[in-house]
Parts: sequence; C-alpha cells; structure tokens
Amino acid sequence: MDTVFTPWSSLQGGLLIGLAAVMLMAGLGRVLGATGILSGLVFAASRGEAGWRLGLVIGMIAAPAILWALTGRLPRIEVPAGPGMLVAGGILVGFGASLGSGCTSGHGVCGLARLSRRSMIAVPVFMATAAATVFVIRHVIGG
Amino acid sequence: MRFVFSVATGVVFGIGIALSGMMDPAKVLNFFDIAGAWDPSLAFVMGGALAVALPGYRLALRMGGPMLANRFDLPTATRPDARLIGGSAIFGIGWGIAGFCPGAAIPALGTMRWEVALFLSAVIIGFMLRRMAFPAPRPKEIPR
Repeated sequence: MDTVFTPWSSLQGGLLIGLAAVMLMAGLGRVLGATGILSGLVFAASRGEAGWRLGLVIGMIAAPAILWALTGRLPRIEVPAGPGMLVAGGILVGFGASLGSGCTSGHGVCGLARLSRRSMIAVPVFMATAAATVFVIRHVIGG
Repeated sequence: MRFVFSVATGVVFGIGIALSGMMDPAKVLNFFDIAGAWDPSLAFVMGGALAVALPGYRLALRMGGPMLANRFDLPTATRPDARLIGGSAIFGIGWGIAGFCPGAAIPALGTMRWEVALFLSAVIIGFMLRRMAFPAPRPKEIPR
C-alpha cells in the first residue's frame, strides 16, 4: 500500500522531537529515550525515578488530543500487522531495545546528537535489520 | 515544577511524533521498503530532529548543569559490545514486523487504538524477558 510523501510535516515533526530532546537535557539532564523512560517507569525503584518519567508519558499520551483540539485532525494510523505480528514484534522491540540500551529516540536522536560512538553503531544496525525484515515479509514471504 | 516540565516536554515530543508520521506503521514500513512502495518521509524526521538536537545538546551540555536537576545524567558506556549490536539487531527486526517503535507507540496510545495497546503490552513483556535472560546489565549500562 502506498503512503503520501510528506517532507514538510515530517520535518516539522522532527524539529519538535529534537526540541523535546533538548528541553529534557537542559531541564532535567536526562536523555529522551522512549525505551529507558518506559522501562524506567515500569520497573521504577523509587518515586524519584518514576515521577519525571510518568510526567513525560502523560504528556506524550495527551499529545494527539491536544493536536486534535488545535487542528481538528488526528494523526493517521494504519496498521498492516495483525495481532500476532504486533505481539511478536512488540516482544522483540522490548527485548532488543532494552538489551541494546536504546531505540529510535534514545540512540537515533539523543545518542547521535551527542556523537555517541555506541549510537553510531546501533542506528545503522537496527535500520538495516528493520529494512531486511520488511524486505523478507513483503517480497520473499508475501510476494 | 519538574513534573510540569516533564509533561510539557512529553507534549512537545508527542505532537512532533504525530506530525512526523512516525505514528503510522504503514508509513514507517514504507520507509524501509526501498524495493517497494518507498516513502522517504522519515528521513526528514531524523534530519529535523538532529538539526535541532545537535546544536541544542551542544549548548545545553555547556551549561554548568541542568536547570531543574543537580547534574547531567548521561550514559557512561562508551565502547560498543555484543549486547549493543545484538540488542539493536533484534530491535530492528521487531520494528520491521510491527511498524511501531516505543517512542511512536507511547504517544499513539492517545488515539485509543487497540493495536497500540497490544503492541506496548508486548514491549513490556519483552523488557521482562530481557531482565530474565540478561539480568542486571553491568552497572551504569541501564537502558535509557
């Protein structure tokens, strides 16, 4: 299925994502990595660890409603994966991002922004395996 | 104050994710489908994010410390290792299967789609399995 090429809104979204990462570093001195925020919230050992992460998650979840109030539009979501693939993909995402110390936001934005050598390796690795997986699903298995 | 600041930061991030198209698995998967229905939009997301975060981090980290906390809390691991590479490879496979990554799925939860809730529940199971299979990463290598 085709999707529309949206360079302008994707760039705008990217600028805001970068801004949020800088806000969190300048304000709280923390890396804005979704994997660390979610796992740190689920397995928080203290209220101090949980509080700021909970705030971030609440703000993130509220964002689509705020965008809808401002523009009258909700972001488009089309999910090609069925329930089984969502569960399998989710388990691999959680396991892998946790083992690899980060995901798209942690390594791809924050890690690259501070020129981390580990992130410079992690990002091409997960991009390559994601592309290979999509190729296999769509062109080898799916045909 | 810290809490209010965190909520505001989460809103900025979530609106960015929503505008960017990262929340739409069809679009994410098309970004990776170079041999098929390729949609290069997501390159602009990472380009835009880094255009702000590269200089922004440089300026922020030049301050003596963050405004609302005692110190910058940065990952201390610097050397690539097998966990980094293996974990990232597994993460990419999962991302390619589901089309969601954690940073896109958390704000997408606000659209009340059951697919997002199912995916994020599985992500948390993945966290648990990682903690059972590879308990206690070396100190200071906690995922962020």
